[in-house]
Parts: sequence; C-alpha cells; structure tokens
Amino acid sequence: MSGPLMPKADQATLKRREEIVADMRIIVPGEGVAASENEMRAFESDGLTAYRQMPLVVVLPETVAQVSRILKYCHERKIRVVPRGSGTSLSGGAMPLQDAVLLVMSRFNRILEIDYGNRAVVAQPGVTNLGITHAVEHEGFYYAPDPSSQIACSIGGNVAENSGGVHCLKYGLTANNILGIEMVLMDGEVVRLGGKHLDAEGYDLLGLMTGSEGLLGVVTEVTVRILKKPETARALLIGFPSSEAAGRCVADIIGAGIIPGGMEMMDRPAIHAAEDFVQAGYPLDVEALLIVELDGPAAEVDHLIARVETIADANGATSSRISNSDEERMSFWAGRKAAFPAVGRISPDYYCMDGTIPRKELPRVLSGMRDLSEKYGLRCANVFHAGDGNLHPLILYDANKPGELEKAEAFGADILRLCVEVGGVLTGEHGVGVEKRDLMPEMFNEEDLNQQIRVKCAFDPNHLLNPGKMFPQLHRCAELGRMHIHRGQMPFPELERF
Amino acid sequence: MTLPLTAFTPRSSDEVLDVIRWAAAEEAPLEVVGHGSKQGIGRPVQTEHLLNLSSLSGVTLYEPEELVLSAKAGTPLAEIEKLLAEHHQQLAFEPMDYGPLLAGESGQGTIGGTLAANLSGPRRLKAGAARDHILGIHAVSGRGEAFKSGGRVVKNVTGYDLSKGLAGSWGTLAVVTDLTFKVLPAAETEKTLVIAGLDDGEAAAAMSEAMGSSSEVSGAAHLPEGVIGRFLDGALTGTARTVLRIEGVGPSVDYRIDLLVRLMKPYGTAEVIDETASRALWEEIRDCKPFADGTPAPIWRVSIAPMQGHRMVDAFRRAAGANAYYDWQGGLVWLRMEAYPEAEVLRKLIAHFGGGHATLVRAPLPVRTATPVFQPQPEALAALSMRLKEQFDPKKILNPGRMAAH
Repeated sequence: MSGPLMPKADQATLKRREEIVADMRIIVPGEGVAASENEMRAFESDGLTAYRQMPLVVVLPETVAQVSRILKYCHERKIRVVPRGSGTSLSGGAMPLQDAVLLVMSRFNRILEIDYGNRAVVAQPGVTNLGITHAVEHEGFYYAPDPSSQIACSIGGNVAENSGGVHCLKYGLTANNILGIEMVLMDGEVVRLGGKHLDAEGYDLLGLMTGSEGLLGVVTEVTVRILKKPETARALLIGFPSSEAAGRCVADIIGAGIIPGGMEMMDRPAIHAAEDFVQAGYPLDVEALLIVELDGPAAEVDHLIARVETIADANGATSSRISNSDEERMSFWAGRKAAFPAVGRISPDYYCMDGTIPRKELPRVLSGMRDLSEKYGLRCANVFHAGDGNLHPLILYDANKPGELEKAEAFGADILRLCVEVGGVLTGEHGVGVEKRDLMPEMFNEEDLNQQIRVKCAFDPNHLLNPGKMFPQLHRCAELGRMHIHRGQMPFPELERF
Repeated sequence: MTLPLTAFTPRSSDEVLDVIRWAAAEEAPLEVVGHGSKQGIGRPVQTEHLLNLSSLSGVTLYEPEELVLSAKAGTPLAEIEKLLAEHHQQLAFEPMDYGPLLAGESGQGTIGGTLAANLSGPRRLKAGAARDHILGIHAVSGRGEAFKSGGRVVKNVTGYDLSKGLAGSWGTLAVVTDLTFKVLPAAETEKTLVIAGLDDGEAAAAMSEAMGSSSEVSGAAHLPEGVIGRFLDGALTGTARTVLRIEGVGPSVDYRIDLLVRLMKPYGTAEVIDETASRALWEEIRDCKPFADGTPAPIWRVSIAPMQGHRMVDAFRRAAGANAYYDWQGGLVWLRMEAYPEAEVLRKLIAHFGGGHATLVRAPLPVRTATPVFQPQPEALAALSMRLKEQFDPKKILNPGRMAAH
C-alpha cells in the first residue's frame, strides 16, 4: 500500500548516511548501532503494521549521556530523529522515516529504585508496563494503568502516548499516575520534571509531555506512583436485548454514584466471535454484553455488586452472572481479552479504531456505524470501554482484495468523524500518530493546531523530533511566531475608572 | 503600588478576545483576575489595565450521568460545588480555599482561578489536583488568538494536552474563557482515625504504612502540638494528632476503619471521629486554618517526597523559627515563619532532601517583591519555560512578572 504522505526525505542526510552511521558507532560503541538491512528489518514498522519504512540507521543507546550526545549531534546537523520504545503503537507513532535516526530505548530496561515509603518506583523508560507491577507485586503493590499491550509496551512509550487501559475510569491514565520524568531535549539538554513529590513547580510541562507522542523530548527516566492491590475484585456478566438498554444500565450505575474498576461492553458480532474462539460461556441470544468489575474491600464489593444487579434488572437484563471466585471472574474477562484475536479468526484482516464519545450518544453512534457498515459493505464488531466512552470498532476486511484496505480506512475515518460530530474525539488511547494525523482538522481549527505546534516550537524549533506525526502540516516556527496585529479602538464593554 | 487605570469586564469570550487583541496590539500588559481571591499570591503585578473575568459566569453544561460539567471561567467555585452537591457529586480534587489564609472572605474564587492555580486539597494524594480533572478548555493566548484543547470526554489523547499545560500557569500563558471538568460521585460518608502523641518522624512512618495498606485512605495529615489547638475550635488539645480519613459507602467505611485501627495499634491509642467532625477537620486542614491568623507573617507551601517532609523541617528549624504541619502523608508542608521567609535556606534543604518546591503563598508586599515566590528552576528548565511563555504570550502582556521577575 502507499501509506501516508511523510515529510520529504532530506537528500543531503541520505548522502551522508555512512558518515552518520560511523559517528553513531563512536557515540554508542559495541552492539548499539544497527545499520544493515537485515538488522533493521525488525524496526521497519510498529504495531500499525500496514505502514513500513526502513530507517536511516537504528541506534540503541544505554546511557543518558549517549542519548544526549545523539540528539545534540542530530540537532547540530539537522538530522531527524524518531524515538521508539517497544514499538507497540497502534497509530504509527514510532514509524521510521527514511532520513531519520531511529532512537530505540529498549536497552534502558532497569528498575532504578523501589521506594515503598513514598509509594514510588523509578524506572528506565524501556521497562515494560507489567515489569513495574512484577517488581512490586510480592509486597502487594501494582502500577494501575493497564493498556492491553502491557506485557510488551514500555513505560516510556506509555508516557509518550498517555496510555490508558480498562481500569482508567477509576484509576486514571498514565498522566494521573506518574510523578516525574527525566528527559532529553532535541538540543541535548537534560531536564527533570517533578520527582517523588506532587505537582511540578512552574508550568505543567509534565502534563504537556504526557501524550506528546515523541515530538517534544526523549524520556530517559520515569517515576511512577504505585498503589496497594485492592483486597478483592468481583465481576458481573450481564446480557441485554439491546445496546440501548446496556447503555442505560451503564448510565444508571454511574448515576447511582458507583465507579466500577472496569466496565466493558461488547456487541453481538464481538460476543459471537469471542465465544467461538475461547468458549467463555457468554450468552449468545443477547445484543449487548456488559462486564462490570467492582474492586476494593470485600464489604464494599459485596454491597455494590448487589446494587449493580438491581440496576441491571431494572434495565431489562436478560441474563446475569456474578463471579464467586477469581477463576470465574477471569473467565468473564477471557472473551473480552480475546476479542481482537477472535475477530482476527473470522476475518483475514481487521482495522481497530479508537474514538471516544459521550456515553449517552452510544445508540446514535452504533446505528450510524450500522449504516456505514452497509454503505461500505464491510462488517464491524464493537468492543467498548463503557465507563469512559472509548469505542474500539473492529472493521473486518481482506487486504488481499483490491481496494478493501482503502475502503476499511475510509469507513474508519467516517466513524471517527461521527465521534467528533457527537461531541467526542478522534482517539481515546491509541494516539494520533500517522494514522489519524490527517483527521486532526476534523476536531481542531487552524488556530487550535497552530497553538499546539507552537508548544512544539518551544521544545524543538526545527521540527527534527518525530516529524510527520500528529500534525497534518508542521508550519515553520518562524512563520508561526509572527504576530497578526489587529489594531483598533480600545474595547470598552465596561469601562471603570479608579 | 499603583492601581490599575482601566478595568475591562467582558461578558463573553468574544469580548475577551477583543480586549486581548487590543492589548497585544498596544503591548499594554493586563492583570488577569476572577474574584481576586488569590491576587495576593505571586509577585505583585503592576499594570495599568485589569482584565476582570467575574462577569463571564455560568454553568453551561452539567450532565451528572456523564460525569461532566462545563462553565465559563468567572463562574464562582462555590456555585459549582453547590450544584454538584445537589446531585451528590463533587470536584474530587477538593480545591482549597485561600480566602481565610490571605485574610480575605471564604467561599470566593472562580473555576478559572481553580485551574490557573492548580488547586487541590487533602485528597490530592489519592485523586489528584485540578490538572488531573480538567478535560478541555477554550482560551485566548497573549497573541490574541482564540483556541481550544481537549474535549468533554475522559479518555482523550488527541493532540497536546494544552488544558493541563495551563494548569498552575497563574494566567501568564493564556486567558481561559471556558472549562470542562470531570466530576465524580461524592462519598456517601466518611470517618477519621485520630492517633495521639506521635512525633513528626513516627507520624511519617504511620502515615506511610496506612497509605500502603488496602484501606484506601483519602487523607493523611499530621498536626503537631504547635498547631493542634487551632483545629475544631480547640476540641483537640495537648499532644500532636495524626489523622487518617476513610471515605466511601457506609459498610465499606466501617470495615476499613476497623482494618486501620488494627494496623495502627503499634503507634498508640486511636479514636475514631464521625462524619460531621471529620468533614470540618479536613476542611480546616485543607484551608490552612492554623495559620489563617489575620497576620501577613510569611507562609510557605512546600511539596516534597512524603518521607522527607519531616526531615527537611527538622533541619530547617535549626536555622529559622517556623511552625509547621503536614498534609499529603507528610509531602505537603505548611510552614509559618516567625520573621523572614529564609527562602534560600529552605530551598537548599528541599534540594538536599531529594527535591520538591516551595511557594511563598503569603508575605508582606515588599517581601514578595524581593523573594522569588515560586521555586526558581534549573537553567535548562527555566529556559524551556521561558520559550513556552514566548510561544503563548510573546509581548508579555498577561500577568507580567507574576511567576518570575523577567
């Protein structure tokens, strides 16, 4: 396939490739530079595998000083850099560029400090999300954000993407669970934001960095907050005759003041695909299935389970099971967790979308998706983080049929437009990357985007870090810096003289 | 200090845009205020023109089942909290009220100021600050350009999070005109466990153990002997008290209080105070009641790693006379100075004990002019902050000098 239009490769850089590779070998001696086609093959795409591109060179530094020297070197020579963690991005955030150094942070894989007194873990950015939990679980602690790729995705990548997971309605996203970072700016400067204390001094640069998709700086250390594992967790598996009824049940649960640890919805095609795949014991005669998980002290969980059951009954639930053991609870989740591969079994390819909508708009969006499904002649299965309105429509297609990928992409773009139209957003947790870059104007006007790019200008004025991602057009900073002066009379809606 | 000559009180975001465009063209600096309830914090801003947002008021959207509320920037925080309470909801970050501490009225302040100062309260250690609950904004930059960021949904990673970027910026980057916050159910009830007689170090250990348990403590404070008499109208006297708050549904609160009583047994005798007294106590802890004494004596608000708070205070006291109490498991230290702020000594010690920051939230005007009110940053970070400021407000017309002297 053709793929998205990326910034034009800089010919001068391409010509100097050998010299750049040699210089990289000086900065990162030993095994830290991959330059042959064979070695670089593993890095030519991330989790968005439809797009592939060989990088200029792959560099795997081991120390902050090396990262700083690499960036300073590239900054001085105007060489582009694409940072990469574990490469699990679903939006092409770590897709290489032909003329860019691919800066891979996977060798930063050590946990530097575990501090139970301050409930903090200091980790290098290449440590996996689950690796943090593994390091502290023997003491009963865990790290709350749990993206589905948590076994592989890196904590540095989590910062770049502000990763979520099924538990974020109650426990927050990455942004709410990190205390500080160390990062290297494009010019090689090393700065620290936050620490083990709460709130940064000055501007909330940590807030800006989280979810900045590798365009502002390269994270070299992360301090996260860890939490004590809830005493217990129980789940309900509830079937409904319609998505509308399931949606009302979700609203009523929250309206009753209950914030479940997790609340997931699946539609009929997703239920059937999952049940066929893992035999989770899901009811097949329902239109929508809800998994509601309550966690906390046993007294609280038992109390709330009963309340949720009453609410479900009042909304016309046709089937309802309550887990009585961790084993049973995990079986409720088995189908949901296998939903993506399950859909992968019934279709040669699928395309996963990631819009978020106000929950009350669910019926309208589901019916809109049914219409689009007919229009494009492609099937669509839905899994949905029901608590926070994050939709994951899976569009089924066959890449071997000419034109079908393009059709799936157009279908996906229409779904996201619909999400924005009802007050939602393009991406809830997968990021903009290259995938949704060109849809940004659906949500933001030029002034909105320009102010975002100006933030980029404060960090990386030459647009060398991860260009071609997030913004459809990266205006030059000098151009954006010009002021448009609207000279006029002093506006005096209410003039008061002292 | 000269008073502003002109006050603009726009009634719509379009009028805000008009004022800022004019000010940008004329390079006429503006002091930006809501109710002015936190005007005494920061370096004094001396401008000829005042931008008063208090007429830009009103809740524009509230959908309890969607856990979302939008309001214009000048909407009184009190009005929003009252509306939420009617629906058994709240701003979970428990924004503090600076009024009493700054010798102003209580119950003042706007939702715009809440974000601009990144307010929070005792629940900060569990639920976050304003920055953690803001979902989206509309704002006008110092360039005189209107922009929006974020949206009205919780899960959103579309573009840079400029809403968070404006949290704690004290009106120096852009003027926010509309805000959307995540709101959450209010706890049905609460109780507080009170342990008597711990010194600061023992209290830090006790609070750390409580926070590391599964009892889900939502407030952990230590009130030393020097301040204890000022809480609850003198109902707590004598020795220091270490207080731990549990919130939630009734059966859960009882269960977790029992759990905590057992866990805290080694630290001495404990008593449990009920909902009414508990609410009153945590409000006083939040609003810095012991130091709301009507004087301008310097007050520091220090954020530091929880286990280091008492060590830093102990070292600081060898150099200067200060009264102190601790919130956030020991990580938020309120310090009342007997005389001078001793900024350099304090900040050196904070750095020595692992880092953090100190804000001089109250001091006489000449002291605030001469002392860096906000924590000075290392060179590279300060330069980055300046570049960010230039990108939002190149003519330096928004609250010039409020956060830093340049």
